[in-house]
Amino acid sequence: MLTAIYVMLGLALVLGILLGYSALKFKVEGDPLVARIDAILPQTQCGQCGFPGCKPYATAIAAGEADINQCPPGGDAGARALADLMGVEYKPLNAEHGIPKPKSVALIDENTCIGCTLCIQACPVDAILGAAKHMHTIIAIECTGCELCLAPCPVDCITMEPIAESPDNWKWRYPVFEIKPAATNTLIGIRH
Amino acid sequence: MSALINIVKQNLGLGSIAVNGGVHPPEHKQESTTQAIGQLPLPKRLVLPLRQHVGNLPKVLVAVGDQVLKGQLLAEAEGNISAAIHAPTSGTIAAIGDALIPHPSGLPDRCITITADGKDEWIAHSPSDWRKEDKTRLLERLRHSGIVGLGGAAFPTQVKLLTNAKSQVDTLVINAAECEPYITCDDMLMRERADQILKGVEIAQHLLGANQCLIGIEDNKPEAAEAMRLACTNSPLAQSVTLKVVVVPTQYPSGDARQLIRLLTGIEVPADKRSIDVGLQCFNVATVLALHRYFDFGEPALSRIVTMTGNVKIPANFEVLFGTLVTDLVKAGGGALEETDDYIMGGPMMGFSLPSADVPITKAANCIIASAPNLFAPAPPAMPCIRCARCADVCPVSLQPQELYWFAKSSNLEKARDYNLFDCIECGCCTYACPSNIPLVQYYRFAKSEIIAQDRAKEAADLARERNDFRLMRIEREKQERAEKHAQKAAGAKAEVANAEAAKTDAAPVNETPDDSAMAAKKAAIAAAIERAKAQKASAIAPQNVADAKPAVQAEIAEIDARREAAKQAVSEQTLSEQAVDNIASTRDEK
Repeated sequence: MLTAIYVMLGLALVLGILLGYSALKFKVEGDPLVARIDAILPQTQCGQCGFPGCKPYATAIAAGEADINQCPPGGDAGARALADLMGVEYKPLNAEHGIPKPKSVALIDENTCIGCTLCIQACPVDAILGAAKHMHTIIAIECTGCELCLAPCPVDCITMEPIAESPDNWKWRYPVFEIKPAATNTLIGIRH
Repeated sequence: MSALINIVKQNLGLGSIAVNGGVHPPEHKQESTTQAIGQLPLPKRLVLPLRQHVGNLPKVLVAVGDQVLKGQLLAEAEGNISAAIHAPTSGTIAAIGDALIPHPSGLPDRCITITADGKDEWIAHSPSDWRKEDKTRLLERLRHSGIVGLGGAAFPTQVKLLTNAKSQVDTLVINAAECEPYITCDDMLMRERADQILKGVEIAQHLLGANQCLIGIEDNKPEAAEAMRLACTNSPLAQSVTLKVVVVPTQYPSGDARQLIRLLTGIEVPADKRSIDVGLQCFNVATVLALHRYFDFGEPALSRIVTMTGNVKIPANFEVLFGTLVTDLVKAGGGALEETDDYIMGGPMMGFSLPSADVPITKAANCIIASAPNLFAPAPPAMPCIRCARCADVCPVSLQPQELYWFAKSSNLEKARDYNLFDCIECGCCTYACPSNIPLVQYYRFAKSEIIAQDRAKEAADLARERNDFRLMRIEREKQERAEKHAQKAAGAKAEVANAEAAKTDAAPVNETPDDSAMAAKKAAIAAAIERAKAQKASAIAPQNVADAKPAVQAEIAEIDARREAAKQAVSEQTLSEQAVDNIASTRDEK
């Protein structure tokens, strides 16, 4: 009887030390949930969700301060993925935060640009190249299409160009079968 | 389960010779093998898409209006995996811009259009002594040859010929299986130009250092196999290495490189490796012939053999310059017969419908089929999957097509990837075998391109995240630096004030309170600041760029200054006189 108690106590002690040690040794830095939410978000850094970027929004979702349906660039699929990850009910996108748009890149009209550098300061991913009083241009492959450069431009020389389909980014379509009207005589047959 | 069956098969000694799965559709090869390889009249207009191969688009070197000669380099390879493009005939560059290309999307893409001058004048070119030249130099030159895999994959050939210490090629496999129905371009090439092909094999063997060369031909091409056997016995290569023609049973898709390697050597190339990693390399017969033309004559890739078959008057093979329009080729085939409703590039199993007959022949175009309802009846409506697993039986890469179908249909893309969707070679055997007429390959293509797009989007998001993080870090760093600078400045100012104070207390009477001294220091600082500002103003007014002006200009400036001074004086005098008048008036009033 006493031996059994000692064995159990000994086991508890050993396991407790082991657990305590591994809690210190394998401590996870940062919140892994925030990183996982951030991985789902499209990283446009557009701020349409009401937070100053994707990471702050991810942090807010993880803390339960923001809803999962505030990211228009992520679209419906993004909201679904977030709902899956958070284990909550899926909600359609909240129209207050904007509607999903086709993926675009900004384009600077280089004849109108006055070189004020305001857009450069607004770009969240440093995708605009230029210097004061010199023409600016967009590095198209790095532009996330967040539209944050549109508002500060004093001469409205920036437009958003939707990315056109080309043989490079073309996708095979989901197989769809056309429904054709049946031959006339069969229709007559049915009427009879 | 299938893995288990494979193990059992291998232990029993089966499986290594038999084709894994596969189907045997009607061949339709006789129609186009009755005629010798024909030549097309020189076309008036040639359209050369930049996208003719796997990899990066080449860089255009010519401009609109340039005169070019046959064989002149128009666009050079860019990056590691890319291929050059040459002028197939002499003429003028008419346009560089978007035009319809043969692509399943039917979208236009960048093309170089040449108007032929009819002279077909060659640029200076000469054969090279490839046996003596350094191999790395040969490969570097091959980069400018424009040669890509002509079996249909269009992978740049120089990349496949690169070997290093890790990848030692032991066996060179020459792919002459041509397993897809209707296509006969390799068959006719072997019948007519077997000797030239063997010369190309010699070059490939020399570059790779292979000990054995196996030429795989399906048993439905006895004439070609015979011609190749004869050429092999005559070839000097037969004395130094094992050179063999291997006839394999006719079963689609034995012409897939991995399938053919398995048939000829019994080696199954692992899914995550390339054949070169297991000591094998595979080339199409037309590709090695192009190597021969390049090194023994100095001619870059300008043309290929194309089968024109299906619903045309005289189905045959033709030697076609790249950029020739399909309409010209159809004309050469005697014109399309009635009821032709479509043109297919490639074979009926893996080919695709052309968006129009005005698209050019590219390096990947091995066959053009004029399609008609009596040749290819429209597919009956798809019925539900009955789980018969016939697709799994015929799948040459041992996948589970029915599972992939479920996942692709429900857009469960991650699961499809887990079931090795990307090992699918899109051969179409499953679609052919499906009793419910489900277009399985279309689902796989959809799922594949969807996954690729998602991966690209994820990559872009990762890049954006990285850049955003860096930007935030930079802003934070700048803020800190600014704060530090301010702190330093403030500390400096304080020290100055303290110094001034010390000086004051030294000079001032002892009874002055510290409050007074601080006030005085402040006042002094303000006075100094006002003085500085005044000085600055004065210097700002004084023009700074007249020192080294020309004498004439200086004279002009002096004149203007004088005038300005005069005007000022006049104004002040006037005000003075006015004041005087006022004074007089006021005194009068007083009086």
